[in-house]
Amino acid sequence: MSAANGRATVDVEGLSISYLRRRQPLRVIEDLTFSIRPGEAYGLVGESGCGKSTVAMALMRYLPQNAVVDAGRVTFAGDDLLGADGATLRRWRGSRMAMVYQDPASALNPSMRVGAQISEVYRQHRGMDGAAASKEAEAMLGKVRITDPGRILGRYPHELSGGQQQRVMIAMALSTDPELLVLDEPTTGLDATVEAEVLDLVEQLRSDFDTSILFISHNLGVVRRVCERVGVLYAGRLIEEGPSDELLREPRHPYTLGLLRCVPRRGMRKDALRLEPIPGSLPPLGADLPGCVYASRCPIARERCHVEPPPPYDTGDGRISRCHYHDEVPTIPPGEQQITPPPPSDGATLLKVEDLVKTYGTSGNSMQAVAGVSFEVRQGEVFGLVGESGSGKTSLARCLSGLVDASSGRATFEDHLDISAAEHRRNAELRRKLQMIFQNPDTSLNPRHSVRRILGRALLLLAGVKNRRERERRSLELASSVRLEPRHLQVRPSALSGGLKQRVAIARAFAGEPALVLCDEPVSALDVSVQAAILNLLLDVQAERKVSYLFISHDLNVVRYLADSIGVMYLGQLVDVGPARAVFDPPHHPYTEALVSAMTTLEDSGGSRPRIKLGGPMPSPSDPPSGCRFHTRCPRFLGDICRDEAPPWQRDGEGHQYRCHIRPGELSGLQRANGASPDEPQAATRRDHPPKENGRQG
Amino acid sequence: MGRFLLRRLWLSAITLLLVSVVLFVVAEVLPGDVGRTILGPFATNAQVAQLNQELGLDRPLPVRYADWLGNFVTGDWGQSFLLNTPVRSLVVERMVNSLLLGAFALAFIVPVSIGLGVLAALYRDRFIDRAISVTGLSLIALPEFVVGVIVLVIFAVELGWFPVSSQVPSANPVDVFRQFLMPSIPLMLVLFGYIARMARAGTVEALGSDYVRTAVLKGLSRRALIWRHVLRNALLPTISVVSVQVGYLFGGLVVIETLFNYPGIGKLLLDSAVGHDLPVLEASVLVVAVLYMLSNLVADSLYAVLNPRIRVGR
Ligand SMILES: Nc1ncnc2c1ncn2[C@@H]1O[C@H](COP(=O)(O)OP(=O)(O)OP(=O)(O)O)[C@@H](O)[C@H]1O
Ligand code: SF4
Ligand code: SF4
Ligand SMILES: [Mg+2]
Repeated sequence: MSAANGRATVDVEGLSISYLRRRQPLRVIEDLTFSIRPGEAYGLVGESGCGKSTVAMALMRYLPQNAVVDAGRVTFAGDDLLGADGATLRRWRGSRMAMVYQDPASALNPSMRVGAQISEVYRQHRGMDGAAASKEAEAMLGKVRITDPGRILGRYPHELSGGQQQRVMIAMALSTDPELLVLDEPTTGLDATVEAEVLDLVEQLRSDFDTSILFISHNLGVVRRVCERVGVLYAGRLIEEGPSDELLREPRHPYTLGLLRCVPRRGMRKDALRLEPIPGSLPPLGADLPGCVYASRCPIARERCHVEPPPPYDTGDGRISRCHYHDEVPTIPPGEQQITPPPPSDGATLLKVEDLVKTYGTSGNSMQAVAGVSFEVRQGEVFGLVGESGSGKTSLARCLSGLVDASSGRATFEDHLDISAAEHRRNAELRRKLQMIFQNPDTSLNPRHSVRRILGRALLLLAGVKNRRERERRSLELASSVRLEPRHLQVRPSALSGGLKQRVAIARAFAGEPALVLCDEPVSALDVSVQAAILNLLLDVQAERKVSYLFISHDLNVVRYLADSIGVMYLGQLVDVGPARAVFDPPHHPYTEALVSAMTTLEDSGGSRPRIKLGGPMPSPSDPPSGCRFHTRCPRFLGDICRDEAPPWQRDGEGHQYRCHIRPGELSGLQRANGASPDEPQAATRRDHPPKENGRQG
Repeated sequence: MGRFLLRRLWLSAITLLLVSVVLFVVAEVLPGDVGRTILGPFATNAQVAQLNQELGLDRPLPVRYADWLGNFVTGDWGQSFLLNTPVRSLVVERMVNSLLLGAFALAFIVPVSIGLGVLAALYRDRFIDRAISVTGLSLIALPEFVVGVIVLVIFAVELGWFPVSSQVPSANPVDVFRQFLMPSIPLMLVLFGYIARMARAGTVEALGSDYVRTAVLKGLSRRALIWRHVLRNALLPTISVVSVQVGYLFGGLVVIETLFNYPGIGKLLLDSAVGHDLPVLEASVLVVAVLYMLSNLVADSLYAVLNPRIRVGR
C-alpha cells in the first residue's frame, strides 16, 4: 500500500529454476523479476503447470530436492534469501514468513490437536511456555473469526470443517504477524460460500496485519478481489504485470485476454455469447522456445514472434507486457459468435422427480441426504443444481442414475419409466438414455483399456452395435464429435490430460444417444481454458443431439452461464427452483441470495458489493434444524415462525418458487434495498438471533 | 474406545472358538493311533483298544469336543499321554519360557529396527539408506534355521562362547544373554527386515506429507519436527506390522527352540505333534492362538490410542 515505504518485502530478480528429470535439467522458471512491497497483496495467476507453486516454494526456500536454482537473486526484507543458511531459515520461517496452501485437511498434522499445532509457533519463536502459548493460540483463533475458539483448540483436524481447517491454517500463519504470507490456492477445493468467507477473512486481516501477501490462484475474479497488483505467469515467464483492476479490465497481453475470455462474465449467457477457450496447450517443460513462449497459441502472432523473444515492454502506469504487439491487444476481436439456441419453450417433461427421499444408515443412526425433493427437467434444457457440499446434490444424482436406491418417492423418466424402482434400472433402454459424467474421469474410465476399447464397449453395451467394423467407425465418429484426434484412441486414459479424459467420458456417455446426462461437477477439476472448451463441447453436443443435462456445480458463474432452470439445495431440500434468471434475481430464497452474493466475478473489484455472511457452519443432515432448515444461518430470520413451522412454497410467477415464510413482494423489497445500497449493515435485516445458535458447532 | 475394545474382544472370542473347532477336528484325524503310540509295538490290539476306551477316544467327535472345550475353559486341561503330567502346568511353564525368549528378541530388535528404519528414511537414497535397506531385504530372505545353524556352529560349537543347547536363564543378566542371544539372533534378523522396512516406508511417507511441510515452514527445529510431526504418524503402520510379526514369531520359535533344544512352547508343540500327545498339542495351539489374539488386540488398542481418527470417531 505504502510504496514510499522504501525497501520491498520480497525482491526477485532474474530468477531461473530448473527441475531435474532423469538427470536432464528442464527449465520451469525463466528470468523472473518481480517484487512485493510492504503491506501489498501481489497476485500470481496462470494455467496449471505454469510454475506458480514453484515460485511460492522458492520464496519459502522449500523447493523439491530435484530443483536447481540456475540464476537470480531473491531478497527477503533486504536480506539474501537464496543464500540463507538453515538456522536463519528456521528463524524466518513461521516467524517472518509463512505459507498457507490448498487442501487444509492434509496440511494439518492429523494426530495432533489444532491448539497444540498453533501453540507450537509461539513456543518456537516467542519462547512461551505451554499455557501462555495456548492462550495466544486461542486469541489468534478468535482473530480469524472462528466461533468458540476455546473448544476448537482441543479438536483434531478431522473434526473440523474445511473452512475451519483453513482458518486454523491462516491463524497459524499469521500468529507471529509475519512480513510475508504466501497463499497458494488457499480456497481451491472449498465450497463457494466457504471460499467467500475465507477471502473475506483475508481481506479483513489485511487491515489488522501489515503483511505482504503473495496470492496464487487460477481464479482471476478472486485475484482481482484480493490483490492490488497481479503478475501473469506463462510457461515460467512473467508475461504481464500491473495493477489488478487495470490489468484485468484492459489486458495488454494476448494470453491474459485469452484467460479472461475463457470464463463466463457477469450477465453472460450461452444464448448470447460463447466462451472462448485458448487453443492448444502449455508448452512442455524444457521445450525449446526461441521466440515468444506464447507464439504457438497466440491469435496475432507473426514471423517476428517466432524468432525474437519479447522483452518486458513498459506500457505505462506501472504495467509491463512481454508482447511485441501489446498495443494491438485491445483490438483483438472476439471469436465466432455462434449462439446456442434456447430450449424449446414447450419442451415436454423428460424427468419428473416427486418427493424423492434418500436415507443413509440404519434406523438408529440415519441421515436424510435427500429429504423430499420434487422438480422437473424438460426436454432439451440444462437444469442446474447448486448448493454447498453436503447439501445432497450428489446423493440426488446417484439416486437418479441408479447407483443407489431411493428410499421413497418417485422419479419418472419420459412419462413411463419409473426410475426409482430398481427393476427398471436394468432396462437397457433406460441405461442407454440416462448417462452420467463425473468430476473425476479417472474413477469412471477403466485404466487398463485403451480409449478405443472404452468407446467400443460403450457402443456395444449402450447402442448394441455388434459389428466390429461398424463399432470402429462409430468410435471415430464419437471421438471426433468431442474433438478427440484419432491418435487419442490408441492410448490408455492415464496418458491423457484431465481435459482429454473428460472428453473421453463425455464421448462414452453419448455412445447410446442419451436423452438425459447427469453431470456431477464435470469441469470443477479443470483449468479455465479447458473448462471453457468442455462447456462449449457440452453445448455443441446438446445442440446436435437434443439432450438434456442435469448439471451439478458449485460454481455459480458456470451455472448462470449454462443453465435454463436452476434448483438450489440446502440440507437435502430444494429451497429455490425456477428459470435461471428468476432464481438469480430477487426475490429469491435467502439462501440463494447468500450464494449469489458470495460469487466472485471478474467485474467487481474488492468489496464493492455487500457480501452476506452465513452464521455458523452447515448443520448436520442427521439432525436437521426444526421448522425452516435454514433458520440457524438465515440472515433474514423472522423469529419463532421460522424455528417452528416449515415454510410454504412461495410462487413468484413464471414457474419460480422458493420455500420461505417471507412473501415475494416483501422479500423483493428487502433484497433490492440491499443490493442498491452496499453500505447498509446486514445485521439490520436480521431481527432476532435464535438464542441456541451461539456456540453451536457442527 | 470402550466399544471398540469390546467389539474386538467379541470378535476374538469367536475366532478362538473357530480355531478350537478346526484344531480339534484336525488333531483327532491326525494319522496315528494314540493307544498304539503309548503302549508301543508289542502290545496286543485288545490292550490298545482298552486304553483308547479308558482315554475316551472311542466316543463320537462332537461329544468329545464339547467335553474337551468345557474342561479346557474350566481349567482342566487333562494329562499328557506321553509324560503323564498335568497338561496345564506343562504348557504354562513352556509358554512362559517361550515368552521370555520372544520378549528378549523383541525388546532388542524392535527399537533397533525402528531406529534404523527411520534413519534410512531420513537419509533417503544416501549410502546409509541403501546399506540398511539392502541388509534388511537380504535378511528377510534368510530362513531362520539356516541362520540358526550358522550361529550355532560358529559361536557354540567352534568358538564355544555360548552353550550348544540353551536353558532357561537365571535372573543374572549375564546368564540371560548367554542363554538367549544365540537362539534370538535368527528371529531378530528376520524381524529386523520387516519392521525396518515398514518404519522406513512410514517415515518416508510422513516426510513427504503436507503436514510435515507445514511443520518445516513453521521453522521448527529438526528434533521437534521429527519427534512431534514425523514419528507419530510414521510409526502407526509399523505397529500393525509388529503385531503381525509377533504371530510370525511363534512359527519361528518352533524351529529355533528345536534347534537350540530350548524348553519352550514351540518345542513342546513339535514334540507333542510327533508323539500324538493330543491333550498337550491341543492346549499348546490354543494357548498360542489366545496369545496371538491378545497381542493383536494390544497392537490395535495402541494404534487407536495413537490415532485420533479411530479414537474419536465412533
Ligand atoms: N519436483 C518436480 N520435478 C519435476 N517437475 C516438477 C516438479 N514439481 C513440479 N514440476 C513441474 O513443473 C511445472 C510447474 O509446476 P508448478 O507446480 O509450479 O505449477 P503450478 O502453476 O503451481 O500448477 P497448478 O496450478 O497445477 O498448481 C509443471 O510442469 C510440473 O509438472
Ligand atoms: S509477442 Fe507475438 S506471439 Fe507473443 S504474445 Fe505478442 S503477438 Fe503473441
Ligand atoms: S423461512 Fe425464515 S429462516 Fe427460513 S429462509 Fe425464510 S426467513 Fe429464513
Ligand atoms: Mg500449484
